[in-house]
Amino acid sequence: MSLTILIVDDSKLARMSVVKSLKALHPDWTRLEAGNAEEALRLTQNSNPDIALLDFNMPGLDGLDLAAELRDSHPRMMIALISANRQQDVVARAEAMQASFLAKPLTEAALAVFLTKAVDAREKD
Amino acid sequence: MNASTPIHLSELELDALTELVNLGISQAAGDLAMMVRQEVVLSVPRVALVGRDEAIHVLGGAERKDLVAVHQVFEGDIIGRALLIFPEAKSLELVRAVVGGDLSFEDIIELEQEALSETGNVILNGCLGTIANELERSLKISLPEVLHGQSADLFELDPPPESGDTVMLIYIHFAVRERDIDGHIAMLLDMPSLAVLKDLLTAYIRRVAGDVQT
Repeated sequence: MSLTILIVDDSKLARMSVVKSLKALHPDWTRLEAGNAEEALRLTQNSNPDIALLDFNMPGLDGLDLAAELRDSHPRMMIALISANRQQDVVARAEAMQASFLAKPLTEAALAVFLTKAVDAREKD
Repeated sequence: MNASTPIHLSELELDALTELVNLGISQAAGDLAMMVRQEVVLSVPRVALVGRDEAIHVLGGAERKDLVAVHQVFEGDIIGRALLIFPEAKSLELVRAVVGGDLSFEDIIELEQEALSETGNVILNGCLGTIANELERSLKISLPEVLHGQSADLFELDPPPESGDTVMLIYIHFAVRERDIDGHIAMLLDMPSLAVLKDLLTAYIRRVAGDVQT
């Protein structure tokens, strides 16, 4: 199944790193990239990504705020919050929005596990 | 290399450095949260490489504020010193935020030194340790030392190591128990260390993003 995935991170390098993993794991997927939450919201007005990978610590709206907005506008989107900040509070807020929590630095193996879950969930829809 | 040739980081190298600092600060926030049993918000909006004079100006302002700093020296492939710097006026605020509870003024004063050095240690070690790990190098980090003075004093510390003229200046925002405290982390690197850092960042970028133009 070819899916569309949205990658939001203020660090270009972090986005490049995710893209590198995606090229290895799912080269046929469509990738959308945004450098901040506002850009991500603009992009998702006219598109409907199946999966979103959101950095937590960004200037402006952070990844949790963005997840809340995306959850409202795209209820079926599979969302993962990526952060080196593993405070229970952050993880709990992600889980309350049915978003997965992935630790930074994000490994290809951890990303692969989340994407497999996302594909399974999408196939059951 | 000629000592007077400044070393510039490319946009992607600075991005990589910011990302590493972000990783380190995020981990430090988690450690601090465990220490104070409260959520700690610690964000890093900006990382800049500036000259020593500019750093002194940014930190001291026109009014030459009194500052408090936690200072640690690091040694390895990269040699330098790291300082966590707050306005002196915010120092007791920081101690209250970290210690919590209804402490008397006398208790706060007594705890100031210890709380500052412990907090600084967690933040600076988190930052330096993460950067070193991700760059696959090891750093020896000295014990924290609390300093008081104006910004120019903080950049005139005795060598060794030679503190150099380039300052990696990181603005951080720290919030815990409804208290908001803005501060800076300053890392002073000598010229050879900055050149090594640039090479290590290039290698790091290649590792995480594949072969790209830096």
